[in-house]
Formats: sequence, structure tokens, C-alpha cells
Amino acid sequence: MRAYLFLICPVLLFLGGSYLLPFLGIMQLSFTDPEPGLGQYSHVLTDPLTLSVIWRTLRICVIVTAVSVAAAYVITLLWVRGRPLVRSLTELCIMIPFWISVLSRAFGWMSMLSNRGLLNSWLKDLGLIETSLQMTRNEFAVIIGMSHYLIPFAVFPLATAMRNVDERVLTAADGMGASRLRIFWQVFLPMTASGVIGATLLVFVFSVGFFVTPALLGGGQSVLIAELIYLWIFQIPQWGMAAAMSVILMLAVGGILVLLMRRYGEMAK
Amino acid sequence: MTRLHPGRIATLLTALVALFLLMPLIAVVPVSFTSRRYLSLPDGKYSLRHYQALWEDPEWLGSFLTSLQVGAIASLLAVALAAAFCIGIWMLRPRFSGLMTGFVLLPMVAPPVVSSLTLYFFLKKLTEWNSLIAYDSLGGVILAHMVMIVPYAVVVVMVSLSQLDRRMDLAAQSMGASVPTRVFGVILPNIRFGLLGAFFLCFLLSWDEIGVTLFVTSVETITLPRRMWMGLRDNVDPSIAALSVLLILVVTVLVVLRAAILMRREKQAR
Repeated sequence: MRAYLFLICPVLLFLGGSYLLPFLGIMQLSFTDPEPGLGQYSHVLTDPLTLSVIWRTLRICVIVTAVSVAAAYVITLLWVRGRPLVRSLTELCIMIPFWISVLSRAFGWMSMLSNRGLLNSWLKDLGLIETSLQMTRNEFAVIIGMSHYLIPFAVFPLATAMRNVDERVLTAADGMGASRLRIFWQVFLPMTASGVIGATLLVFVFSVGFFVTPALLGGGQSVLIAELIYLWIFQIPQWGMAAAMSVILMLAVGGILVLLMRRYGEMAK
Repeated sequence: MTRLHPGRIATLLTALVALFLLMPLIAVVPVSFTSRRYLSLPDGKYSLRHYQALWEDPEWLGSFLTSLQVGAIASLLAVALAAAFCIGIWMLRPRFSGLMTGFVLLPMVAPPVVSSLTLYFFLKKLTEWNSLIAYDSLGGVILAHMVMIVPYAVVVVMVSLSQLDRRMDLAAQSMGASVPTRVFGVILPNIRFGLLGAFFLCFLLSWDEIGVTLFVTSVETITLPRRMWMGLRDNVDPSIAALSVLLILVVTVLVVLRAAILMRREKQAR
């Protein structure tokens, strides 16, 4: 019995000491710094500047989630159901960006969208614009960069759902004379709805706490919750606020994850 | 009976999405050959100076070595902790094993910025006690990375244990093997590929880690992503384009190689 405890306990002690305990410390800070009470929470939830950051985060995350899941649905369709050659090609298009560092990908979008970037130089060569369009350091760039990062994550739950679709149902619909469009809208899409919901929740959870891409492509012009926490620690030290915001974020994400697990728990039954 | 394949509209849309996914990877290539010192396209003059800078600048080389060190040590320790935990759960099947596993997976599902703040807070406290595992030290970064990658190691090792035949362990047990013999003689050799896979995944995650690293380092311990971040945040440095091109090349070669190997195996199986 003792031998088993030696196996199980080290990682529990490690994470208990270096993750759970400090997180409880953060929770304590959120109620005590700079003064005891719920002041930090009420400030976070009433201060117009903070609220505008929360709203911006929600707005951008909803748009990013919609874009990512829609784009992922299309590419997963060909990855799962295309002809062999198409399947291999789409797989490469999904996997190569997936394994590339988030920094390189953000930098790629900077090179693409910046004033002296590729897109502006193409548009100028085509004679469509005279002066460079401002496409970085704004919400547009943040949405593009975040969607690009999150599409591969949306692909995996969608692929699972599409692989589980019973081929015979589609053949039956086809045999009874349904048009291709109708088969897609009335048979295939409803049968993969669980994958769409899973992908939506997953991408949304990921996007809410996102830091690197918005900070780089937003250029300080469109601060999201995660960057605000960073600023509260390193620019204008306000530990209590950062802690309170973290606890709120943790609770929100925890709630969504519980929803996700319930959903998949029901499906497993 | 033919399988219904996606039609022309779906193919066209996919081509657009694929273009979108590959576009930023292509955009860094011309930038890396610019002859100027800021983010720009080469206007007729191509130059390799940014590649040369990567090679000659001791700072880039230093960060490269720091990242290697952090990745290797953190992954090794994380896989050891994860393997011990998973094997213990697998052998004993204790009560609350679901709860314990859920707890271990916590850093994977929590928002990265919350984990970052938590680890920053923790390392700041530790700095008051010692200088080995502290804020902005090698030990501190290794500890922070371990927290973040241990859940992934647990997932990979769990999957590999779930494919192991329990009767093998029972046979060893019935012949009087002690727990250490069963672990080292029976279980570990049988999940060696899982352990290797967990190590590679952990190393890759640590190698790319930036969210937490940003919070727990400042000027002393600078990993490769951290140095890239510094180059991106201040004046955009085209050396990052050169580095990105190299990293993209490595990933592309590995992914294509893997796909080719899988395809060949499939053909042989037929």
C-alpha cells in the first residue's frame, strides 16, 4: 500500500504546492488587496474602463469563435470525406500551422498585414490603393490572428463527429432522391451538431484567456482581459484587481467546461 | 455504391480556408530576406544578414541553449512524475481516482493567464526563501513549465497504459513480484513508446511556451520564445522572420515526413 502512495503522491504534492496553494493565495489577494472586502470585485464589475475591456473581449471572442468553427467545418469536411489526395493535402494545411509556434504565426500576420507588408504591396501593385491600409494594431488584426490560431483546435472535435456519421443514412437520403444541398442541411449538419457545439465551447474557452496574439497584433490598441491582467501586474501594479479578474475568468471558464462535460457525458450514455 | 464526396462549393471554400491557414507562413519568407533593419519587403536587394545575425549573435544562441535545457529537464521530470502517478492509479485503482486525475489536469484547462499569474505569485514568494528556484531563474522557469506540461504527460501515459494488458501485471504479481519489480520490470518496458511520446510532446510544449514564461522571467533567463517576444514587442526585428522561416521549415519537413510514413504503412498493409 505504501509503495502505491509513493507513486501517486509526488505529482499531487507538486501541483498542490506550486499550483493550488498559490492560486488560493491569489484568491485571498482578491479579497484583501489593497483593502479587505469585495471592493476589488465591485470595482472590476463597475469601472467603465474595465467593463469596456470585458465587453470587447466577449465581442471579439464571439466573432473569433464563429469564424473559426465555420472555417474549421469546411476544411474538416474535406479532410474527413474528401478523396484520398485531397485528404492528405488538407491534413498538411491543418497540421503544419497547428505545430508552428504562436509567435511565428503572429509574426506571419504582422508581415502580411503591416503597412510595409505583403498584402499592402500586392494591393498597391494591382493599383487598388494609393496609400497603405492600416491593418495591424486594431481589432481586425486581432480577430484574424486569433482565428488563425484556433481553427486547428476546432477541427478535432468536428472531425470526431463527422467520422461518426453513419454512411448508410447519407446513402439512404441520396437513394430517396434528396439533392446534395438537402442532404447536407437536413441530414449531415444535424448529425454533426454535437461536434459543432463541442468545437464552439472549446474555441471560446481558449479565446477568452488568450494573451500573446491579441497583445502583438492589437499593439496596445485593443486590450483584452488577459492583457489587462498583465498590465495590472507589470505596468500599474494592482494585485487585488488582477487577482479578482483572474478568479472571475477562472469561474467563467470552469462553468463553460462543466457544460461541455455534461454535454459529452450525455452523449457517451 | 459510391461514397458521397464534398462538391465544388465545399472544395472552393476549403481552398480559401487553406490559403488563409498558410498565408502568414508564406508571408515571413520574403521579409526574412530584406536588407533593411526593420520589417519590410526586399526591394530588389536580397540579403542573408538576418540569418547571419541569428548565427553570430551570442544572445540568440544563448536563448536557444536555455530553451533546450529548460525543455529537456522540465519534460524529463514531468514525464517521471506523470508516469509514477498514472502507474499508481492504474495498479491500485483507488477511490477518488477521477477526482485526483481531474486535479492533475487543472493547469491544462485553466486559462493560461490565470496559471501565469498564479506561478508568478508563487515564484515571487519563493524568491524570498532561495535563489535556485526563484523568479527569473532557470530553476523557476523549469518549475513553471513542469506545472504546465505535467497534465499533457498524464494524458499520454494514461492512454498508453489503457492499452496495456492487465493480465501481464497480474501474472507477475501472482508469481510474487514486488511493486518495484512490477513497475520497472513489467509495466515501464511495455509503455516505453508512450513515455517517449509524452517526452516529445512535453518538450515541444515547453519549447514553444510563452504565456507563462513571460510572467516568470525578465532579464536573466531568456528562452527562445521570450527573446522572439522581445524582438516583436519593441522594434520588429527581421531576425525573427529568419528564425520563423527555419522553424516553419523544420515543422513542415516533420509533418510531411510523418504523413509519408503513415501513407506507406497504409499501402503496405493493403
